[in-house]
Amino acid sequence: MDLARREVTTTQEPPRRDPRESRRRWPLRGSAVRFGLIAVPAAFFAVFFAYPVAAIVARGLKDGGQWRFGRFGEVLGDPGIREVLWFTLWQAAASTALTLLIALPGAYVFARFDFPGKQLLRAVVTVPFVLPTVVVGSAFLALLGRGGLLDEAVGLRLDTTVWAILLAHVFFNYAVVVRTVGGLWAQLDPRQEEAARVLGAGRLAAFRRVTLPALAPAVAAAALMVFLFTFTSFGVIQILGGPYFATLEVEIYRQTADFLDLPAAAVLSLVQFAAVGGVLAVHAATVRRRETALRLVDPERTSRPPRGAGERALLAGVLVVVAILLVLPLAVLVERSFATPEGYGLGFYERLRSADGTFAVPPLEAVANSLSYAAVATAIALVVGGLAAAAVTRRAGRLVRGFDALLMLPLGTSAVTVGFGFVVALDEPPLDLRSAWILVPLAQALVGVPFVVRTMLPVLRAVDDRLREAAAVLGASPWRVWREVDFPLVRRALLVAAGFAFAVSLGEFGATVFIARADNPTLPVAVARLLGRAGEYNYGQAMALSTILMLVCAVALLLLERLRGDGSGEF
Amino acid sequence: MLTLTDVTVRFGDRTAVDGVSLAVAEHETVCVLGPSGSGKSTLLRAIAGLQTTDAGRISLAGRDLAGVPVHRRGVGLMFQDHQLFPQRDVAGNVGFGPRMHGVPREEAAARTAELLGLVGLPGAGRRAVATLSGGEQQRVALARALAPRPELLMLDEPLGQLDRSLRERLVVELRRLFRDLGTTVLAVTHDQGEAFALADRVVVMDAGRIAQTGTPVEVWQRPASAFVARFLGFTNVADATVHGAVADTPWGKVPVPADAAQGGRTVLIRPAGVRLTGVADGLPCHVEGRTFRGDHVLVLLRPDDAPPLEAACPLTEAPEPGTTVGAQFLAEHVSVLGA
Repeated sequence: MDLARREVTTTQEPPRRDPRESRRRWPLRGSAVRFGLIAVPAAFFAVFFAYPVAAIVARGLKDGGQWRFGRFGEVLGDPGIREVLWFTLWQAAASTALTLLIALPGAYVFARFDFPGKQLLRAVVTVPFVLPTVVVGSAFLALLGRGGLLDEAVGLRLDTTVWAILLAHVFFNYAVVVRTVGGLWAQLDPRQEEAARVLGAGRLAAFRRVTLPALAPAVAAAALMVFLFTFTSFGVIQILGGPYFATLEVEIYRQTADFLDLPAAAVLSLVQFAAVGGVLAVHAATVRRRETALRLVDPERTSRPPRGAGERALLAGVLVVVAILLVLPLAVLVERSFATPEGYGLGFYERLRSADGTFAVPPLEAVANSLSYAAVATAIALVVGGLAAAAVTRRAGRLVRGFDALLMLPLGTSAVTVGFGFVVALDEPPLDLRSAWILVPLAQALVGVPFVVRTMLPVLRAVDDRLREAAAVLGASPWRVWREVDFPLVRRALLVAAGFAFAVSLGEFGATVFIARADNPTLPVAVARLLGRAGEYNYGQAMALSTILMLVCAVALLLLERLRGDGSGEF
Repeated sequence: MLTLTDVTVRFGDRTAVDGVSLAVAEHETVCVLGPSGSGKSTLLRAIAGLQTTDAGRISLAGRDLAGVPVHRRGVGLMFQDHQLFPQRDVAGNVGFGPRMHGVPREEAAARTAELLGLVGLPGAGRRAVATLSGGEQQRVALARALAPRPELLMLDEPLGQLDRSLRERLVVELRRLFRDLGTTVLAVTHDQGEAFALADRVVVMDAGRIAQTGTPVEVWQRPASAFVARFLGFTNVADATVHGAVADTPWGKVPVPADAAQGGRTVLIRPAGVRLTGVADGLPCHVEGRTFRGDHVLVLLRPDDAPPLEAACPLTEAPEPGTTVGAQFLAEHVSVLGA
């Protein structure tokens, strides 16, 4: 998300070079290396993504060896399904627009202003993003739901309205915009805008002509991410949508798990797949073209304390929004976890330590499960995503660009389909992994890989090719070039990627819910199970477990910010 | 030491380097001089192995470099904009090459210190490259290129981005350094002053081909073609017909040295060979402008129906712009090219 923060490249004007020139720079040897780099991620995706998804689709659409495409018509003709499709689309669009509207001022404030506590606040706004969707759902339930804070205070309940969903989506994705757009914004050289001003452009014109075009790719990328996340939203809607609202993803889950209607689930999976593929294709076509070499500078040089009433009001406004929209739900979540029927206390937490009817094991064990699964998933995602990013950076070709887009697909594919696909497809030798613990980290890594690639790619691309050439001329083999030139420059990005991969693995719910074994639940699965049961104690325990999950994520994130801070002397 | 035979590099249907043959002897400093786009940088990249060649042979110290990857070629290349590794300090940059070649740590450190001393930056090892001035960066880049003891050191516009006075000083330093170290050097530049000050031999390139090879004095005194003469900054160049000691030019009859080649030729009149007289005594010219050149003034003249002329003229005798003067030509400053 966040590009390496300090001066990665002082992108001097790239040498005028014939595009055809670069293609032939690395002759045969290069293609062998590239093939090697691509092979691992390609195999990973083939076995753990394409194969399970294909298996589930085949199971749904094949009957006695015959493909039944007529089912598309049957399923899509159903008015209920059509309503789901429409809702999925418009809520994603509305969530994206609302998130941009609310978060872009935040991106500006974080990029250009210095104020006390900025570092901490940056971490705070990122916490929601790495929170499991289940926790986000619970937090908003605690704020807006029955017996929630608003309900108690003014008798207002939003959990049956679409507003709860939209607000939860903004909450969840605020950081995506702030980090993607703000990260770039902070590195844009203000002198560019100053140059435009000197040339006679007004404030607004300078922004519109200089800054906005430079930001556009980042805004588009952020919007795409938010759209993808909300289009495929599962946990949030599962908890806040009740019986009224369902996205495609939720509907796939219902058809699969509740009605065992595999054909319907398969059709819906394919529809979602096609929609996501379409969005990604549009993205690839529009954004890539505008990916230009920007002159990036050290963000510390671009920010300053706010000046004048207008700027201070903007800063205050952003702080208020963060407080109400991001901090309040989390605070309420924590408060509810202590509010036992006997008054404030640790009652809910204590219950987590003992096994009862809901679980075969004490829910607290889910913490250990989640941490070890997420650690393994992170390692897998780093290897697969790192290799893929390295392969994609090496040369741009049509094949490679296609691969690049392919890497994003797991983000948009129904996690439920993947999870169920794992169960269905990976049950025969030589890949009988049904009872293997590695299944869960594998599924989680699938979601982590796109984050790793997205984080690494801009930084790898920003490494000046001539630095690599300089190293090669000085006697560094291709491997040493990577080790000595690329790696030090991307180490920070690698850490950030690791953090994101860890957080999304920790919070992964849609796929894990299918494949995590009953005696080895992860935190989100345990929370969802508790929420699914009636009774004040189950609700309270869910809040307590969510609080723990939130703390784990927050600690991981803070460690990450710490690591990045320590590394700053190196860059 | 370095031998190129008919080296050709094409980018699609554009030929960047066109059948170049060139030899650089041991301890020799050769400068490839040419305007941007003449293919000189591509030539360096081809020798370094950063650019595949379409035809021809490159050999270094008797070893054919075909198929040898960049890191095993044993050449040093100093990049145009230095390309210092931003995340390493000065010593980390200079010591990079020895480290890649498996030189033990202490030895590499000693080599680094020695080179930093040589380039005039003793004790700068711990400095961050971002804190270096342009000239210092240039020195560090040079030390880094020299550190692995390359058989051939190549410099791409070595002084291109530095200011004038620094450049003039560094040229002298470089020349001394290369002589002392006995380094074999192949440099490319678009600046004739730099090339002539640095090189034992100059190679002028035009559109991927070699236009002329020779010592600086040879090239300066006898440019091989109108292109070379113009590239060296001469403007008084024109087609002419030579009969005996007289050339028939657009500026009228111009005396040429007695041994000049005969027939249809290109004639170069150095500014010093244009003497200003009264209007009646020479080619009538309108004085368009003057440029001070330190010890003399360059006067831009426009004859009635001939190309403009440049004349060098003592400071005190320069005519005012707007006046009309006559121009006479001195045979000792006139060259007949291509012979």
